[in-house]
Amino acid sequence: MTTQATAEATLPLEAALAAYDPALGLEVHVELNTATKMFCGCPTEFGAEPNTQVCPVCLGLPGALPVVNVKAVESAIRIGLVLNCQIARWCRFARKNYFYPDMPKNFQTSQYDEPIAFDGFLDVELDDGAVYRVQIERAHMEEDTGKSLHVGGSTGRIHGATHSLVDYNRAGIPLIEIVTKPMLGTGERAPEIARAYVATLRDLLKALDVSDVRMEQGSMRCDVNLSLTPKGADRLGTRTETKNVNSLRSVERAVRYEIGRQAAVLSSGGSVVQETRHWHEDTGVTTSGRVKSDADDYRYFPEPDLVPVAPTAELVEALRGTLPEPPVARRRRLQTSWGFSDLEMRDVVNAGLVELVEETVRAGASPAAARKWWSGEIARRANAAGQDVPTYAASLGVAPAHVVELEALVKRGRLNDSMARQVWDAVLAAEGTPTAVADARGLELVEDTGALASAVDAVIAANPEVAAKVRDGKVAAAGALIGQVMRELRGQADAAAARALILERLGQS
Amino acid sequence: MADLTRTDVAHLAALARIDLSDAELDRMVGELAVILDAVATVQQAPIADVEPMSHPMPIVNVTRPDVVRPSLSPEDALAGAPEAEQQRFSVPRILDED
Repeated sequence: MTTQATAEATLPLEAALAAYDPALGLEVHVELNTATKMFCGCPTEFGAEPNTQVCPVCLGLPGALPVVNVKAVESAIRIGLVLNCQIARWCRFARKNYFYPDMPKNFQTSQYDEPIAFDGFLDVELDDGAVYRVQIERAHMEEDTGKSLHVGGSTGRIHGATHSLVDYNRAGIPLIEIVTKPMLGTGERAPEIARAYVATLRDLLKALDVSDVRMEQGSMRCDVNLSLTPKGADRLGTRTETKNVNSLRSVERAVRYEIGRQAAVLSSGGSVVQETRHWHEDTGVTTSGRVKSDADDYRYFPEPDLVPVAPTAELVEALRGTLPEPPVARRRRLQTSWGFSDLEMRDVVNAGLVELVEETVRAGASPAAARKWWSGEIARRANAAGQDVPTYAASLGVAPAHVVELEALVKRGRLNDSMARQVWDAVLAAEGTPTAVADARGLELVEDTGALASAVDAVIAANPEVAAKVRDGKVAAAGALIGQVMRELRGQADAAAARALILERLGQS
Repeated sequence: MADLTRTDVAHLAALARIDLSDAELDRMVGELAVILDAVATVQQAPIADVEPMSHPMPIVNVTRPDVVRPSLSPEDALAGAPEAEQQRFSVPRILDED
C-alpha cells in the first residue's frame, strides 16, 4: 500500500463537532538522555557518524546478550511517578516480532502486558486556565529503532526507492512510550487539549531531566489516535493512528484535520478505515499508510534473555523524593505568593517568564516590578528577534539584578515611571546598568520645591485663560498646565506634586 | 490442532517474509499441526499452583551502570553485511510499509 498524495474532503471543525464527539488518544515516545543504550554500553550521542555507536548487542549478532541500563529503569520509574502512575512491583520485557530492517534483531525489545508504570493521570492547564485531567494508561520501556535512508526515489521517500541504507546508531537507545487512555468529552477543545498535553509532558520531562525532549531532533515523538462517535452513540468509532506528529503546533493541526476528515467520511455514508496515517507538515494533511497490524501479528512473548525488573518499595520511594513539583501546582503556589491575578499569571506563563520572574523576585524585586519590566519593551524586542524573553535577555546581558536596581531607583524617588522606562530602554540598548544610565543622562527627579514652584508660577502666568478655567472649578483643565510644568522641568518632576501645587495656587485644593 | 489452516500458515509466512510455494505451504500446515499438538500436550500440565516464569533462574534486577563501553568500528560493524554503502547497511527496498 503506497502513499496517496491526494487531499481528501474535510468538514469544517464546527460542522464536524456538531454531529460527532471526538475520542483522542496520544502515544508519546521519549528518548531518555542516558549516556548509553538500553541494553548495551554503546553511546547515544545525537548526530554521530553512521554506525559508529553499534556493537554485537544492538546489531543483534548471534550470541550477544543484553543487560538492562539501571539509569534507564530509574528514569522510567520517575516518569511513572510524575504521571501519578502505579509502579509495577515485578515486570518483564517482551519481544515484539516484526521483520523490517530498522531493527536488525528482527524484534524490538519492549514491554507488553507488564508495563513498568500504569494507571496514572496528568493535569493539563489550558490557555484560559481551565484544567483537563488526562488519564494515563501506561508508560513502558523499550528501545528505539535504526534510521533508514531511502535511495533511488525522487524525494527520499520509500515510494520509488531502489534500496535503503540503514544506520543503527539509534537502534537500542532507551525509549519510554507513554500512552493515554481515550480522552472523551473534549469536544471543540480536542486540538487544544492535545497540544497542551504534549507541552505539559515536555515541560515535566525537562524538569525531571530524563530527556532532551527536543521534538525537532526526534527525542520526543507523538502519534495521534483519533476516532469519532456520532452524538448520542455510546460506542467508540473506528480510529486512525497518525504517526510522527513532531511539533506542538502539528499535534493541534493533525487533531483538527483528522476530525474534519473522518467527519467528512462518516457524514457521506462511508466508514473510517483502521489504519496508520502519515502527517505532512508542509500541507497540514494526513494520508493513508498501511492497514494497522493486529497486536497478534507481533507475536509478543517474554524476552528470555532478560530477567524481570522488580523495583523495591525503597527504591521507588527514594526516586519519588527526587521529583520536581508538578507544573500546575507550582504555578498555583507562585501565583498566590506573587499576588498576581489569573490574567497576569497566564500572561507570565504564556510568555515563558515564570523562571525569570521567580529569579528576579528572589534577587529582591517586587513581583509586580519583575512582571512589569520583563513583559514590556523587552518582550516586544524579543518577539521581533524571534526569541523568547529569557534567551533574549541573556544575549543582551540583562539580568534580574538590573530590574532590582531599577525598582530601587524608583522607590528611592530618584526616578518617576516615565524616567524609569527611559532608563530601561537604555539598559536594553546596552548603555549600562540603570544607575549608570541615570547618571550618564543626568536623570533625577526635581525635589527642589523652589524649582517646581517657580515653574508652576511661570506656567500659570503664561496661560491666563486655562488658569481661569481651573479657578472656576474645571479641575480637568489643569492637565494642560501639568504637562507644561513637566516639559519645563524636562520630565524630571513628580507629576503628582506638580498637580497638587497648581491646584493650590489656583484655589482648588 | 486441526484448526490450523492453510491461510494461517500463509499469513505467518508473510509476517516472517518467507516465500513458500503451494507445495511447501501444504507440507507446513501438516508439520506445524504436529508441533501445536505437542504444545497442546504440554499445556495440559497441572500448573494451577505454579507462578508463571520466563527464566529458569529466580533472579531479578540484573543491570549495568550507565557507563559507555567501546563500540565496534564501522568497518567491523559492516563486515558481515552483504552490501554496504555510505557506511550504512544496504537492504532491499520494502514497498508495502513506510
